[in-house]
Amino acid sequence: MAYDKFTTLTSTAVPLPIENVDTDQIIPARFLKATTREGFGDNLFRDWRYNGDNTPKKDFVLNNPIYKGKILVGGKNFGSGSSREHAAWAVYDYGFRCVVSSFFADIFKNNCLNIGVLPVQISPEFSNEIFEAIYADANTELEVNLEKQTITLLSSGTSESFDINGYKKGNMLNGFDDIDYLQSMKSEIETFTESRPF
Amino acid sequence: MSKTLFDKVWDSHVVRNIADGPDILYIDRHLIHEVTSPVAFVGLESRGLSVLYPERTFAVADHNTPTINQHLPVEDPLSANQLKTLEDNANKYGISHWGLGHANNGIVHVVGPENGITVPGATIVCGDSHTSTHGAFGAIAFGIGTSEVEMVLTTQCIMQPKPKKMRISVNGTLYKGVTPKDVGLYIISKLTTSGATGYFVEYAGDVFENMSMEGRMTVCNLSIEMGARGGMIAPDDKTFDYIKGRPKTPKGAGWDTAMEYWSTLKTDDDAVFDKEITFDANDIEPMITYGTNPGMGMGISNNIPTAESVEGGKATYDKSLAYMGYAENEQMIGKKIDYVFIGSCTNGRIEDFRAFASIVKGRKKADNVTAWLVPGSHIVEAKIKEEGLLDIFEEAGFVLREPGCSACLAMNDDKVPAGKYAVSTSNRNFEGRQGPGSRTLLASPLVAAAAAVTGVVTDPRELL
Repeated sequence: MAYDKFTTLTSTAVPLPIENVDTDQIIPARFLKATTREGFGDNLFRDWRYNGDNTPKKDFVLNNPIYKGKILVGGKNFGSGSSREHAAWAVYDYGFRCVVSSFFADIFKNNCLNIGVLPVQISPEFSNEIFEAIYADANTELEVNLEKQTITLLSSGTSESFDINGYKKGNMLNGFDDIDYLQSMKSEIETFTESRPF
Repeated sequence: MSKTLFDKVWDSHVVRNIADGPDILYIDRHLIHEVTSPVAFVGLESRGLSVLYPERTFAVADHNTPTINQHLPVEDPLSANQLKTLEDNANKYGISHWGLGHANNGIVHVVGPENGITVPGATIVCGDSHTSTHGAFGAIAFGIGTSEVEMVLTTQCIMQPKPKKMRISVNGTLYKGVTPKDVGLYIISKLTTSGATGYFVEYAGDVFENMSMEGRMTVCNLSIEMGARGGMIAPDDKTFDYIKGRPKTPKGAGWDTAMEYWSTLKTDDDAVFDKEITFDANDIEPMITYGTNPGMGMGISNNIPTAESVEGGKATYDKSLAYMGYAENEQMIGKKIDYVFIGSCTNGRIEDFRAFASIVKGRKKADNVTAWLVPGSHIVEAKIKEEGLLDIFEEAGFVLREPGCSACLAMNDDKVPAGKYAVSTSNRNFEGRQGPGSRTLLASPLVAAAAAVTGVVTDPRELL
């Protein structure tokens, strides 16, 4: 489905400096039983966020009111494991519009791009600097500029550029999605189908 | 220009290339299940679109299905609703549907090959990361998100940049007691859970040439666990023998034409990979995982590594061991086990149950172990009965359940309780993967069988 345009985003950020955060942690399988895509934010990081009796785990970052914002900063290899797009939906539904990490798992990154959440890959050094800055001052803001492909830590002015292919960038800036594009080339696809041996 | 196997299959499916953007990749076969497809149908209906080629999509119920009393209505209303939604969508758009109780039902990645949906040189996708299984046949097969499921339904295409290419060769001969699962877990332990991210892997060398088709499926299945988009093996006579005559493979002249194409599907001698890695078969022993991602595996006779000796941060490593209730330098042999699960798209095929039977035959299930034996499909279940394996299992105190994904992801009632340890032949040992608070030790069917009869982590070579 088409989604919100993404141009620039200036926000405080939520730090989650754990490596190899898999999509089973982002949204556990038992919460995948819906047939619509709304409401997954309630169960984002469910088992890290809540005890078995549904009381909040006080030491988990999403339960700490000083950390908030539209940017989630994760550890290396964020989003590994299952292809469930529900993980990206949960991130979006909770209110994040951008996930920052020094390394992303492939499918999660792709799923984010397909629903309008911007994955921003940065160097490990910059990642460390961002974590330190947020822990020093939770009001630290990050500025993400998609047009310029830059992410800036406003407190220090440190900035890095990030990669995104031109096509996906255009989609995000304009709020288009792949189906809009694919629909426009249907006759080409039909011709291709005729050439398939099986 | 010289091409790899991957290049040959990928390039022949590119409908259009976008400069500074992805390829428009044509998809030959599309598998759907009840969990990741409903929202795709909602999406296409909200746009007023339909399914372009329903004959290229195959619906199978597996993730949510109970593994006992499948003839009765599904008790969980949410699961029942997802299963019904899959059936309704399939019926509405004329898509083949193998639901609960259908003779061909089972785990989507088991029934695809069994029924000849999977063929060499094809592009195969499914909203499930273990779609990489089908790469065993020389297909490009990988998991996609639900947005992409919608794309395939409406246009038979997805848009993805072409991944880089990696070749992993394992040469030599595997020792007795070392299975394809051990080969997969060994490779992941060496590459880490992100070591192949951005790549599509080709497996090559003696070990894969000599491996059965089912073994190749196990290895390709695990490709995603090192971050690879998928993994594939060049088709050979073993491949063609496996698929010939299956219900959905080409027949007659169609077979001959297909064979002409399939026989070209190998990497050219001078083709170049972005990365090449080689291992020696003699370095691999039965594997077991001790942590909370599939890269945290080791030879079963070793001790748990120290944080200093593994890649990654100490905080994450400590968190992982704390979750498992283990400590650095401990040995895994002798660790108490509560549950054993044999099944899943990784190890739910007949050869896996034969391996399990080879150890439990003439022995008894340990009293402290709850065991779930879950065939990958009804066809596997029937073979277990035909070959007399069921008698062996029952004599040893085991019960055979009905097919489905089951405790691999514990969406149904097959959940390992919090704090309990499970030796599992599945593919993921993430926190809570087999139920909230569950602790998973990934291993081969032989290691699972050894644990099931002894009640502790045991080297299966002592029981062979």
